[in-house]
Amino acid sequence: MAYFVAAEIDEIRPGQRKLVQVNGRDIVIFNVSGSFYALHNRCPHQGASLCDGLLTIAVTSKEPGIYDFDETRNVIRCPWHAWEFDIRTGRSWCEPNRFRVRSYKTEVESGEKLLEGRLAVQSYPVRTDDTYILIDV
Amino acid sequence: MPEVEVGKSAGVIDCDIHPTLKSELDLKPYLSQHWWHYLQTYGQRTRQALIKGTPYPKMSPAAARRDAWPENGWPGSDLTLMRRQHLDHHNITMGVLNPLHPSGGELNPDLSAALCRATNDWILENWTRHEPRLKASILVPYEDGEASRREIDKRAGDADFVQVLLLSRTSEPLGNRRYWPIFEAASEANLPVAMHVFGYSGYPITNSGWPSYYVEEGANHPASCQASIASVIFEGVFDRYPNFRLLVIEAGFAWLPALSWRLDKLWHRMRDEVPHVKRPPSEYIKERVWISTQPMEEASRPHDVVSAMNDIGMDRLLFASDYPHWDFDDPKFGLPPALNAEQRDLVRSGNARKLYGR
Repeated sequence: MAYFVAAEIDEIRPGQRKLVQVNGRDIVIFNVSGSFYALHNRCPHQGASLCDGLLTIAVTSKEPGIYDFDETRNVIRCPWHAWEFDIRTGRSWCEPNRFRVRSYKTEVESGEKLLEGRLAVQSYPVRTDDTYILIDV
Repeated sequence: MPEVEVGKSAGVIDCDIHPTLKSELDLKPYLSQHWWHYLQTYGQRTRQALIKGTPYPKMSPAAARRDAWPENGWPGSDLTLMRRQHLDHHNITMGVLNPLHPSGGELNPDLSAALCRATNDWILENWTRHEPRLKASILVPYEDGEASRREIDKRAGDADFVQVLLLSRTSEPLGNRRYWPIFEAASEANLPVAMHVFGYSGYPITNSGWPSYYVEEGANHPASCQASIASVIFEGVFDRYPNFRLLVIEAGFAWLPALSWRLDKLWHRMRDEVPHVKRPPSEYIKERVWISTQPMEEASRPHDVVSAMNDIGMDRLLFASDYPHWDFDDPKFGLPPALNAEQRDLVRSGNARKLYGR
């Protein structure tokens, strides 16, 4: 495992997502309120691009008639059949042990620190005055 | 057709693609001044209470894949995107266009006939004549048997049309005599009749009233299709029209063997009520009913799906994608991986080629 520089931090604003290619893999990075989450961009069901899905909150319920929204439970809904995946873990909501998307650890680091070699990063042209999103692939 | 090595099927035949009007204006060139004026003044009325929209909200905008919106307009309205995203991407060698709007269930029977005729003209001029991989269904004003017959007769012989299309929720059970002109004309034209789920009968989708949730509407389409199949069998349609063939689209399929068992059991006991039905119901189903794969069944033990397919008969199932709708099935990943190469070829193209005579 090694960190790859995937994007500059300004490329993905809060609420947005970006599809990147890292080490030959299609990975979608989400910015949720300043935190970055990365998932393999392929739904395990029939292969749709998760990057085209709706990023939303998983609604839950204790009993009929009660609707609970926990804003920390972000899910990406597949653009085809709307299967929900927890963007932190990649696990599907309905069958978390049977269906999951590979999730990747992310880091945010300044160009300056990257050039100092704080993380084992694959070579990538970085500038000291920028900040980068890294993915552990 | 050239011989193709087993498992190396050259492509996919998709029996359910939905083209969409960019707007009502698309139909204007094909409607008389009277009907265009009527449509602008009075609009359409279907057999449900709402003037616009559907009784149940859809779970995604326009009930479409979220990645199927063209830069301008509705999913399914852009031939260029359909080519790139679907026909080319999935190697669809033949795709059958099934327009759902306007449906043949319009309440004004003459407007319904005019809209169906206009839609069929629109499909020819804007889709099939531009893209040889695309074929079309003849949309018929199915609540009016004689008007439907006229539309089928007009289109018969045009190689761009491969089947007759009606929606599953007819206002009376499908085997009733009012619908017989459809079956007769389709048989004479040597075209199968495709019954696609949806439409509005004027009744709730369940026989015990209105369910609360859209998820239940989805669950109940197979039940309405079962009632239609039982109706065409017991009303004697298969006996009366030996060339009548029925294709059921978008209702799933795993329920079909159980329906056959139940109908046979009932027929054994009450055959004298319907003496015009000469053979066990399961035999009509085995020989005269085809069924689409979509929305693909997904069982907790995946091989059970293959067992159900074998029970129905691997020669009866036709691949359908439902592009561009949200419950789209991908021809590569949507079918059970356990199918062998020969079975996959049959489902993805061989059965459709045989049913459509292509």
